[in-house]
Amino acid sequence: MSASAADRAGRRRLLFALPLLAFVGVGAFLALGLGRDPSQLPSALVGREAPDFALPPLEGRDEHGLSRADLGGGRPMLVNFWASWCVPCRVEHPILDRLARDGVTIQGVNHKDMPDKARAFLEELGDPYDLVGSDRQGRVSIDWGVYGVPETYLLDGQGRIRYRHVGPLQERDLKKLLPMLEEAR
Amino acid sequence: MRRLAMLLLALFLVAGPALGALSPDEELADPALEARARALSKELRCLVCQNQSIDDSDADLARDLRLIVRERLLAGEDESQIKAYLTERYGDFVLLTPPVRPATWALWFGPLLLLAGGGALCVVFLRRRRTGLVEPEPLGPDEQARLRALLAERGKETSP
Amino acid sequence: MIAELGHFTLVLAMVVAFLQGTLPLWGAARRQAPLVELAPAAALLQFTLVTLAFLALLNAHLASDFSLAIVYQNSHSTKPLLYKFSGVWGNHEGSLVLWVWILALFGAAVALFGRNLPRPFKARVLAVQGLIGLGFLAFSLFTSNPFARLDPAPLDGLGLNPILQDPGLAFHPPMLYLGYVGFSTAYSFAMAALIEGRVDAGWARWVRPWTLAAWMALTLGIALGSWWAYYTLGWGGFWFWDPVENASFMPWLAGTALLHSAIVVEKRDTLKSWTILLAILTFSLALLGTFLVRSGVLTSVHAFATDPSRGVFVLALLGIAVGGSLALYAWRAPALQGGGAFAPVSREGALLLNNLLLATATATVLLGTLYPLLLDGLGGPKISVGPPFFNATFLPLMVPLLVALPAGSMIAWKRGDLPGVLSRLGLAAAGTVAVLLAAALLADTRSTLGLMGFAAGAWVLLGSLNELAVRAGFFQVHPARAWRRLKGLPRSAFSMSLAHMGLGVLILGITATATGQTERILAMRPGETVALAGYEVTLASVEQVQGPNYAARRGTFAVQRNGAPVTTVHSEKRFFPVESMPVTKPGIHSTLLRDLYFVLGDPNSDGAWAVRLYHNPLVFWMWGGAGLMGLAGLVSLTDRRLRVGAPVPARGSRAATA
Repeated sequence: MSASAADRAGRRRLLFALPLLAFVGVGAFLALGLGRDPSQLPSALVGREAPDFALPPLEGRDEHGLSRADLGGGRPMLVNFWASWCVPCRVEHPILDRLARDGVTIQGVNHKDMPDKARAFLEELGDPYDLVGSDRQGRVSIDWGVYGVPETYLLDGQGRIRYRHVGPLQERDLKKLLPMLEEAR
Repeated sequence: MRRLAMLLLALFLVAGPALGALSPDEELADPALEARARALSKELRCLVCQNQSIDDSDADLARDLRLIVRERLLAGEDESQIKAYLTERYGDFVLLTPPVRPATWALWFGPLLLLAGGGALCVVFLRRRRTGLVEPEPLGPDEQARLRALLAERGKETSP
Repeated sequence: MIAELGHFTLVLAMVVAFLQGTLPLWGAARRQAPLVELAPAAALLQFTLVTLAFLALLNAHLASDFSLAIVYQNSHSTKPLLYKFSGVWGNHEGSLVLWVWILALFGAAVALFGRNLPRPFKARVLAVQGLIGLGFLAFSLFTSNPFARLDPAPLDGLGLNPILQDPGLAFHPPMLYLGYVGFSTAYSFAMAALIEGRVDAGWARWVRPWTLAAWMALTLGIALGSWWAYYTLGWGGFWFWDPVENASFMPWLAGTALLHSAIVVEKRDTLKSWTILLAILTFSLALLGTFLVRSGVLTSVHAFATDPSRGVFVLALLGIAVGGSLALYAWRAPALQGGGAFAPVSREGALLLNNLLLATATATVLLGTLYPLLLDGLGGPKISVGPPFFNATFLPLMVPLLVALPAGSMIAWKRGDLPGVLSRLGLAAAGTVAVLLAAALLADTRSTLGLMGFAAGAWVLLGSLNELAVRAGFFQVHPARAWRRLKGLPRSAFSMSLAHMGLGVLILGITATATGQTERILAMRPGETVALAGYEVTLASVEQVQGPNYAARRGTFAVQRNGAPVTTVHSEKRFFPVESMPVTKPGIHSTLLRDLYFVLGDPNSDGAWAVRLYHNPLVFWMWGGAGLMGLAGLVSLTDRRLRVGAPVPARGSRAATA
């Protein structure tokens, strides 16, 4: 067999190996994704300043409301979007209560809710929030890029969004959240 | 076929008021503007659904986004401004047509590359097959004479 | 007790699958006849065992045995019988059992009907089938045991998602699985051929009927799913480029390419290694479809992380089945030598073009479906790949395919006469121009895409009729004689024309529905009448009704045309108390030419009801077109020459279809 014929045979072999190589390549990429954290739905806002907003207070709770000016101010905090009609919010609420008792500042955005129902919810399950803004139309939630309640954002002392958690916070999420809170100081 | 979508929807928005997709009270009075709103809505993803546009979805968030699209159109914004407004909040995830940028080059140009590569392989293959087909056209003069002789002989044998 | 027996037979089936997957391979390699003979017996035994397991599961569902976890999770004592039946496969665990049962069914069919296959070859085919079965039975038993018990047994079940409680969806999964799993035979034949290092016309003739049967089932399965979406989801859509749909569409595209390339192998002994590759890829895509949809990975790669044992198993199975076969391909396929020579303009060339376009289309859909996952896996931004992307990439690939189709199906083997073929297609071309003009003048739509769609559909439909007429000689001989010739044509010739006609009808239906829909979304009070595409629609009444396991609000619409009553249509919004979910049932009135599609929504504060009214032209043509394609598969399967396991005909008898 001449050298060029051997060359051609080699190329032919390579051609037939191409499907296998492509499959292994795609498989490797897909496998890379497996080890990643399932709860992470990266927000377009991560790394940016929290959006500008001003919400009226939850009627009957306090007079202050919640606005951009209340965020940052040198201390890291959580911003939690919740509603009384939302079942997963009920699930995560004890964890928020505990975090608040441990000294974590949590600001609440009450999403598309009735004030009396929201107040009843807090009376029943405890009130972990520093301030609560009432977002009756849900527009502020959209400015934050919220998909649905509950969602929790971690802000650093400068009011920059460091992390977003979609869905109810659970015990296992704290392992990740607490060090990040520490780090954001 | 939207089993998954429905299941996902059920998981995501456990409560939340049930609304139909685009309800009559959402529609704009100006038919031309409404048509633009519909067309744009079909380009935007209902974020909590699976690959459903906000025009098709009865999710709460989809309704909010439909209303925002219409408000902004009424305020005189154009399609690209509204898309920019939404991507600022939700990222490229909200666009059903992924924008062409380095991260999506393989997606957008991949099919063309595959077609070109496959086409090139086909051309090589067709050439090889054709070379096998080269039929005895270039017969030399003496070969032709011999062929004629053979045919003539054969003709004698088979004719009655 | 019966459930434990079912579990036991499933375990036994796995043991048998292991034996079926190993001993015959060894026997065929070592020429040990007893081991070779073991394969068919093992395949039949495996089928019997899996059937028993399936029946045990069915029994648990029908008897509402809530001590079984999957019955508890997916059923309820008040659920109608049909859905207790279909509930068997309405969940992950049960659908796996159905999958394995269909696989065993095909294995048994090869064992029974493949009588004239060379013994060692048949043994290898069945061994590969056995190995696939082994993988799936292990998956079922180790990660998704359908017979898992609950202790204590709950009093009643959680119910089945009301969306799934629908006759269309009850039979959609079995049809889809018949298609998916049917392609396993093509895969097994390809693997056996690679092991033996030999592919010839006989191979193509054996593999084609199995592929055809699978393709037919998949065609109908996809159509059934699309039909279900159309009448269930409440806005008249029928195809969404949803990952779940793409998962079934990819094997269909690849399988269609395989059907066409196998013809080239059969007639001309070339394109062999490509056909083998297509057989492997088609089944691989079917596996991807089964797994990724069921495991939820198509929603997010992260679904793996939430259920790691299943995820790892799925990956391992996919890796072995796809990676293993592609490795065998890389090793053995280079030795396959192609046969006959042909010119670029020829039937071979046309089928090659068909394969190039279909394969690229398959790859495009695959790329679009997996790309968000790939990007996510690489830590890139989250993106959506939606219908606009697929329309922009897939449709342009279909244009040359459809334009070339009528000529390609008429051109001669080896070296074709394109001008001659085109001149014989004059009638179809004239008809297409007429349809195009009519569409431009009559239809409301003037979108270029719509006009292109009508032209493409008409060209394919009329071109196929034209092809049949030319073949029978309608333009050359006396009509009576041509008619006799038409009746004498082989069924495979008919089936080709029929399938292509079905495609044309399908395209016309899709185009008309997608571009010619009239929609009215408005608030109506009972008694109010509105106009819709030439009809007068009155919301006659809204009332409460009670169904077997739901309560519903029913809107009655009376339809008139120019004052004369046409029909009365009911649309319901059903509420299922057990599952606590509302489901909307549109009211549909169908004729050959159009569907009236009405949806009753919610009431507003002043007593009017939100309603959506649609006039969808030519919807029936979509289902009819898909039905014609399925029928074409059936006609071809009844062809004497193609009948499963038919003896190899003498070389001379092929000229008829050339």
